Amino acid sequence: MWPRLVPRGEASPVMVWMTPVLAVALTLLAGTALFAALGYPPGRALHAYFVEPVSTFYGLGELAVKATPLTLTAVGLAIGFRANVWNIGAEGQLVMGAVLGGGLALAFWGEEGPWLMPAMLLAGILGGALWAAIPAFLRTRFNASEILVSLMMVYVATLFLNWLVHGPWRDPEGFNFPQSRMFGNDALMPVLFEGTRLHLGTPIAFAVVLGGWFLLARTFVGFQIKVLGLTPAAASYAGFDQRRLIWFCLLLSGGLAGLAGVIEAAGPVGQLTPAIPQGYGFTAIIVAFLGRLHPLGILLAALLIALTYIGGESAQITLQLPIAVTGVFQGMLLFFLLATDVLIRYRVRWGAPAGEAGRA
Amino acid sequence: MLETVTALLIATIIAATPLLLAATGELVAEKSGVLNLGVEGMMLVGAVSGFIGVQVTGSGTLGIVAAALAGALMALVFAFLTLGLKANQVATGLALTLFGIGLSALMGKDFVGTPHDRLPQLAVPGLSDLPVIGPLLFGHDALVYLALALVAAVHWFLYHTRRGLVLRAVGENHDAAHAIGYPVLRIRLMATLFGGAMSGLGGAYLSLAYTPQWAENMTAGRGWIALALVVFATWKPGRVLVGAWLFGGVTLGQLYGQGLGIPVPSQFMAMLPYLATVLVLVAISRDRVRIRLNAPACIGKTFHPAA
Amino acid sequence: MTFPNAGSQERPVPRLEARGITKGFPGTLANDHVDLVLDPGEIHALLGENGAGKSTLVKIIYGVLKADSGTLLWEGRPVTIASPADARRLGIGMVFQHFSLFESLTAAENIALGLDSAPRPRDLAARIREVSKRYGLDVDPDRHVFSLSVGERQRVEILRCLLQEPKLLIMDEPTSVLTPQEVSRLFETLRQLADEGVTILYISHKLEEIRSLCTQATVLRGGRIVGAVDPRTVSARTLAEMMIGGDLVVPAHEPVESAHAPRLVVRNLSSTSDDPFATELRDVSFEVRAGEILGIAGVAGNGQAELLAALSGESTTAADHVEIEGQAAGHLGPRARRALGLAFVPEERLGRGAVPEMTLAENAILGGAASRGLVRSGVIDGQGARAFADRIIDLFKVATRGHGAEARSLSGGNLQKFIIGREILNKPRLLVAAAPTWGVDAGAAAAIHQALIDLAADGAAVLVVSQDLDELFALCDRIAVMFHGRLSHPQPVGQTSVEQIGLLMGGLFDRSEAGKGDRDVA
Repeated sequence: MWPRLVPRGEASPVMVWMTPVLAVALTLLAGTALFAALGYPPGRALHAYFVEPVSTFYGLGELAVKATPLTLTAVGLAIGFRANVWNIGAEGQLVMGAVLGGGLALAFWGEEGPWLMPAMLLAGILGGALWAAIPAFLRTRFNASEILVSLMMVYVATLFLNWLVHGPWRDPEGFNFPQSRMFGNDALMPVLFEGTRLHLGTPIAFAVVLGGWFLLARTFVGFQIKVLGLTPAAASYAGFDQRRLIWFCLLLSGGLAGLAGVIEAAGPVGQLTPAIPQGYGFTAIIVAFLGRLHPLGILLAALLIALTYIGGESAQITLQLPIAVTGVFQGMLLFFLLATDVLIRYRVRWGAPAGEAGRA
Repeated sequence: MLETVTALLIATIIAATPLLLAATGELVAEKSGVLNLGVEGMMLVGAVSGFIGVQVTGSGTLGIVAAALAGALMALVFAFLTLGLKANQVATGLALTLFGIGLSALMGKDFVGTPHDRLPQLAVPGLSDLPVIGPLLFGHDALVYLALALVAAVHWFLYHTRRGLVLRAVGENHDAAHAIGYPVLRIRLMATLFGGAMSGLGGAYLSLAYTPQWAENMTAGRGWIALALVVFATWKPGRVLVGAWLFGGVTLGQLYGQGLGIPVPSQFMAMLPYLATVLVLVAISRDRVRIRLNAPACIGKTFHPAA
Repeated sequence: MTFPNAGSQERPVPRLEARGITKGFPGTLANDHVDLVLDPGEIHALLGENGAGKSTLVKIIYGVLKADSGTLLWEGRPVTIASPADARRLGIGMVFQHFSLFESLTAAENIALGLDSAPRPRDLAARIREVSKRYGLDVDPDRHVFSLSVGERQRVEILRCLLQEPKLLIMDEPTSVLTPQEVSRLFETLRQLADEGVTILYISHKLEEIRSLCTQATVLRGGRIVGAVDPRTVSARTLAEMMIGGDLVVPAHEPVESAHAPRLVVRNLSSTSDDPFATELRDVSFEVRAGEILGIAGVAGNGQAELLAALSGESTTAADHVEIEGQAAGHLGPRARRALGLAFVPEERLGRGAVPEMTLAENAILGGAASRGLVRSGVIDGQGARAFADRIIDLFKVATRGHGAEARSLSGGNLQKFIIGREILNKPRLLVAAAPTWGVDAGAAAAIHQALIDLAADGAAVLVVSQDLDELFALCDRIAVMFHGRLSHPQPVGQTSVEQIGLLMGGLFDRSEAGKGDRDVA
C-alpha cells in the first residue's frame, strides 16, 4: 500500500522546526550506511566526525571560526532567497571582498594603524556588493537570470584572485609561491581568547544575525521581501518596487559575503592565497535552507555545517577518510531537508487512495 | 594556415560536444516544465562513473553506459524530491550540484591522475584521409556523432511526434494537460531522467575523450554554461548546436591565444567562456517578447494536481 | 432527499446514471449521495451555487476525480472511469470552465491533444474544417491559441470534443465569458447536437439561460440534490430559491442624478506592451464622479486587465492620461495613487489581493500600510496590524478563526469580504473593483454589493469592471463596454439594455463612437 500526501489546510508550525531535526537524524543514518559501505567502522567514524573535533576548547573555537563566514554569508543569501532572488554566486562575492579588503592591507603594509581594520571591513563589504551589483544590474536592466550570471562571476573572481597572487600581489620574499605577503598586525582580526583562533569576526556574525532577524521580522522592507518572494503579483499590486528589492537583496547578500571574505582573509588565513575560496559561498546555500531562511535558524545550521567541516578534517587525520565525504554529507543534509519539508504542508496517509486531493 | 584552421575547427567541435549533450538533455527537461539546476553535479557524477566504468571493464561502451545511468540516477533523486515530494526546483537543483561535486570527488578519489586512452576515433576508410574535410567530418569518436544525432532526434521528437507534442503541452500548461488526462508527473519524470542521462554523457565526454582522465571538479562550470545555452537557444534544439559550437570556439580561444603568445595573462583568457556566457545571456534575455513566446510557461513550477 | 433510480421499464436506457456518488475533501463533503439520470438527446442542467458540488460531480463523471463511493452506469452497464481517457473512450466529452488550452500551440495541435489517437496532421485539418462547418464553429486550425478571442477558444474546446463524436457532452459554465450573441449561437449548436441524439450536461448558475435551453434540471446545494424540475415550467425565482435555499435578497441602489466632481478622469489612454499576449488599449477616455458607480462590461481579454493595471499604477503612462482627485497621476506607482485616495480590489483575490501563505494580519498591511499608519519609520506596527485585521473581520463578517489564519484557509467569499473590507476601511475617495463577486456564494455577493453601494452613498466614486451583466445592471449608474482595447461611451443604466450592451460586447460600436477603430468591427 502506497503512502499518499494529503494537503494540510495551513502550514504546520511544528513541522517547520521539526524537519531540520529529522533531516539531521536521517543524514546520520545515511552517513552510518555510507561509512559502512566505504569500509570504515561506522561508530568510530561518526565519533571521529562529530564528537572528537568539539571535545577540546580549541576545537570549539575552530567551530566558531568555521561557522562565522557561513553565518555571515547565509544570512544575506537567505534574505535574498526569501524574495526569490537567487544569488548563488556568493563564493565570488566572498573572494572579491577578500581581494578589496586584503588589497587595502597590502597597500598600507608597513604603515598601518588602528583605522585599518574598520577600513578593510568596509572595503570587503564594498567588494562583495560591487561584484553582486553585476547580476543585479543585468537582472533589473536586461532580465538576465541572476542565478547564471552570479555563478559565472564566481569563476571570474577566482581567476582574478589567482592572477593577483601569481602576479602583481605576489609576496616578493615568498619563494615564488602564489600568495601575498602576510598581513601586518593591525590588518589581522584580533583573537578573542588565548589558545584558540576565535576572533572578532564571530561577534560581528552574531550582530548580523540579529540585524537580519530584525529586518525580516519587523521592518517594512522585510515584509516587502517576503511578499515579493511568496506572491510577486501581490507585491506588484501593493506597489512594492521589484527592481529596488532585487538590488537591495543582491547588494546586501553580496556585501555580507564580501564581509565574510575579508574576515576570512584577515582572520584564519592572514594573507591572500588561491585557497581563499573554500566553497563557503556554496555551502552557505545549504546553511540558509537548513536554517529555514531564518537568521536565528541559520546560526544553528552554520554551527552544524561547521562541525561537518572540522569533523571531515579530523576524520581524515584519524581514519584517513577522504575529505570529499564532507561535501556528500552536506548535500545529503540538504536533500533530506528538502524531502522532509513536504511534511510542513502535507500529511502522510497510509491507505487506499481516494483520487487526487483538492477542492472543486 | 589551412591546417591550423582545420585543427581549430576540429577542436571546437570536440570542446562543444559535452556542452551539446548536457544542454540538449536539459532542454527536453525544461520543455516539460522541469528546471534542473543540477546539471553540473550530474555531469560530474557522469564523468567519474564513465571513467571508473572504463577502468574497471576496459570497455569504452560500458563506460558511456555507466555515465548515462549515473546521470539518470542523479536525476531520479531530483525527480523524487521535486515531482514526488513537491520540493522547490531551484533549491533541489542547487543541492544536486553540491551533492554531485562531493559524491564525484569521493567516488573518484582513487582514480585521480590515472590516465587512460581516449575514446577511439571512428575512421571511415578513404573518407577520413581526405584533406580538411576528412578529419573535420569523418575523424571523430562515437560520442561526437551520437551528440549530433541526438540533437536531430530531439528536434524530430519535440516537433514531429505526438509524444513530443504532449511533452511540450505539459510544460506549457500542466493543469490543462492534467485535465484532459495526461500523466503530468510521469512525463516530467521521463524528461528529467533523459536530461540526467544526457548530462552524464556530457560528463563522460570530458573524462573519456576531451581530457582522458579524472580530476575533481573537472567540469569547471560547463554544467552551468549548458543551462545558459538552453536560454541562448530559446529552447530550440538546432540553436543549441550553434550555441555549443560558439562556446566551444570561445573555450579554444583561450588555449590558442596562449599558444600564439598573445600577451594577456592566462587567467584573463580563462575568464572568456564565463564572460561570454554572461554576455550571451544578456543579449538573449533582454528580448522579453522572445523569451515569453518560447519559454515553457510552467518552467520551474511545482505541479499540484488541484482537482 | 433522493430520487427513484431510473431503469424503470417504461424509460429508454439512460445514457448515464450516477447512483449515490459521495466525495469528501478535508473539511467538506462536496458530493453527498448524489443521484443523476441523463437520457439520450436531452439537455440537462446541473444547477447550483459556487461550492454546491457541481464541478466535483462532473469531474467524477469525466474521470478527473475519483468518488469515495457510489456507482456510475453507462448505457445501463456499471463502469469505472479512472481517467479522462476512459471517459473519452466511452464517448464522454467535456468543455472546461477555465479552458484547458495551450496558449503557445496552434488550434490544430490543441485539438490533437484532446484526441486519444491523433490522425495525420493533414487529415486532422480536413476533419476540423468539416466538423466546424457542420456546426457553425469557425476556427482557423493553424492559428496559435494566444491570438484567439475567448469565444474562438471555446470553439476550439468544443471542436476538440466533437471530433471524438461524443454521446455525452459536459459543458461547465460555458457562457460566463461569452457575449449574449455568442451565447445564442452556442445554444443553436447545442440544440443541433441534442437533436442528433447527443446528451448534454449543462452546468450553470444562470437561471434564464437554463430556462431557455434545458429540458431537465437537477439542483445541487451543499453537495446534495435538492430538487429536479423541468426548468421551462418554473420561474427563475423558484429556481433561485431552490439553489440558495432561502429568499433572494437583492441590494437596491438608487441611481444618483446630481453630477458631482469627477474623482477619476481617464483621458486618451493608450498602451503598448512588450507582452505578446496582451491587448493594447486604444484611446480610452471616461470619468467617474463622486457618489457614482460606473460599470465596465466586456468579454475577458479585451483590455480590461491592461486598463486595471493602468488605473492601479502597476503600469504607468504619461502623467495627464490618468487624473485622481484632480491630480495628474498617470506616472505614479500604486503607493502614490493610494496616497491620493485610490483603493483597489483586484480580480485574483488569492495571489494578488492577498498572499496565500500569510496571515490575515499580515495581509491587512498589504493594502493599507501607508494610510493606516501601520508602518512607522520603516518598522511595522504588528499590534496595529492585528487590530486592523480584527476590525475588518468584525465589520465585514468574515468567517475565519481570527487574524492569525492564513489567507488561503478562507473560502473565496470570505477572503473577498476581507479584501473589500480592507480597502473600504482605508476610507478611499475612489474604489476600483474587478469582478468583485466572481465565484462568490450568493450571501457574500449580496454583502459585497451592499458594501459597494454604501461606499458610493457616502460620496466615494466606484468603478466596477465585470463580465457579469446581471451584477453591473444591479449595481451601476452608468455602463460602458470594452472591446479590442477600446471603451464605448458610458450609458445610464436606465437608457440601455442587456441586448444593447451585448451588441457592444460583440464589437458593434455606434459609428459615432467607433471612430478610427472601425477596421476591427466585424
